[in-house]
Amino acid sequence: MSNNNSTNKHEIVEKNVGLMAILTVFAISFGALVEITPLMFQKDTTQPVEGLRPLTALEMEGRDIFVREGCYNCHSQMVRPFRDEVERYGHYSVAGESVWDHPFQWGSKRTGPDLARVGQRYSDDWHYAHLMDPRSVVPESNMPGYPWLDSTKVDTTYTLKKLQVFRDAFGIDKSSDRYNGKGYGDDAELQAQVDEIHAMNGGEGATEMQALIAYLQQLGTHLK
Amino acid sequence: MTSFWSIWVIVLTLACLALIFGLLIWNLKNYTGVKEGESCGHEFDGIEELNNPLPKWWTYMFFATFVWSVYYLAAYPGLGNFKGFLNWTSSNQGITTLAESKKAVAEAHENGQWVQLDKEVEAAQDRFGPIFQEFAKQDVLTLAKNEEALEIGQRLFSQNCAQCHGSDARGGAGFPNLTDKDWLYGGTPDKIKETLLNGRVAAMPAWQDALGDQGVKEMTAYVLSLSGRTVNQKDADAGKAKFAMCAACHGMDGKGSVAHNLPFGAPNLTDNIWLYGGSQRAVEDTLRHGRAGVMPAWKDILGEDKVHLLTAYVYSLSQDQ
Repeated sequence: MSNNNSTNKHEIVEKNVGLMAILTVFAISFGALVEITPLMFQKDTTQPVEGLRPLTALEMEGRDIFVREGCYNCHSQMVRPFRDEVERYGHYSVAGESVWDHPFQWGSKRTGPDLARVGQRYSDDWHYAHLMDPRSVVPESNMPGYPWLDSTKVDTTYTLKKLQVFRDAFGIDKSSDRYNGKGYGDDAELQAQVDEIHAMNGGEGATEMQALIAYLQQLGTHLK
Repeated sequence: MTSFWSIWVIVLTLACLALIFGLLIWNLKNYTGVKEGESCGHEFDGIEELNNPLPKWWTYMFFATFVWSVYYLAAYPGLGNFKGFLNWTSSNQGITTLAESKKAVAEAHENGQWVQLDKEVEAAQDRFGPIFQEFAKQDVLTLAKNEEALEIGQRLFSQNCAQCHGSDARGGAGFPNLTDKDWLYGGTPDKIKETLLNGRVAAMPAWQDALGDQGVKEMTAYVLSLSGRTVNQKDADAGKAKFAMCAACHGMDGKGSVAHNLPFGAPNLTDNIWLYGGSQRAVEDTLRHGRAGVMPAWKDILGEDKVHLLTAYVYSLSQDQ
């Protein structure tokens, strides 16, 4: 014991684990307050880029398949501002492109390539061949195949709800020209999009493969 | 950043630094009431804690980090809207369109702002640009015989084209073989370059509704007969009678759109080269559901100079060595 010395203030912290925890949180909160809080209120990070449009019903379901299958574990969606990256993938990602991504798909690890600008880079046929069996087109690939996506149909139970939440949560203006033809109007228009999914493949409904490819093909195409 | 958030960042950053600095100073003093080097008065398993001061080397390093942080915050953009005396930034901010991005690059250049990414891109352009420009001045036929040009072309091909056409350029189901002389849009240097720059979108319609099951079977027989396959002659004759609907793109003789100077990319049906497979099943599938082959456009991704080299490489593949 430090001889009952009342001037040893540090000992108070050393011997009270609760107080220690509170002070630790206080200390590390500086980083968050400086680096995170301002971003929540900045135009750069909260306003969509000019060309951004909401996902269609099919793309929305594709996004959820992307998340379900854990694609983000191996594929990032974030082109960093380095020359080697912009040379390979295209323009670096800007915050306004992913303001509507909840959860965001930036990822933190690349086993496969970045997908932030993969849209329109390959044909639908290529994506189909690649997702069925990646090694049929890229022999050295270690990506698993996803052949079942071709035989499972898109589950549309919640598609309408997802679109409604998306529209209302992000304040997408139903009357804006910008979203014309994208079906972001009233519920009837959203339902029409869901019906389009049902009508695909001669009325059998879209496959999950088609939804995923639709999602991939729009990635990164909105910065124009 | 608005000035409110700018001040927010500045105040918190400096306050944090001041607090840490204070903490260090506070801990340099011995206030424990125990003399330096003596026991703090507790032991466990015979291990005693002595009241030792902070190691000097550690303390000096801590001070050095303060010196560094002051320099860093003065030199680089760290304090809110303050840009730092080096006028450095990693990339242009606040981009909402590609046009804005281009403008920002030009503006930063004019204002003497050091944008790290732009500088790297510029340095690469200065170093590699002239090489590509030099090749761009020569025509494709010359380049197709230039070893160095073909080597660069081959690397570009491996990085950008091999995913579909294969590293040996022999293609695959739905992706054309580039080493034969069978072309969908023409194999002249000009046509190859056009294909590379702007991409191609092919559209074989689905004929299931128009032809029906029997019709598809008959048409398949006729199409296969064009390349000399043994088929049911009765079916083939019935198919031939309806071939006019195919002739708009493939030509009445089925020799494809290149032979007829048409821009549709419709394959020659009389050779034995099949983009989507030449089995009866595959041809029936093509007729029933149609095909939509897409070649992406590379103009914006690679730029014209690199496409020129690629053109030479692709052209060279089908030339007899």
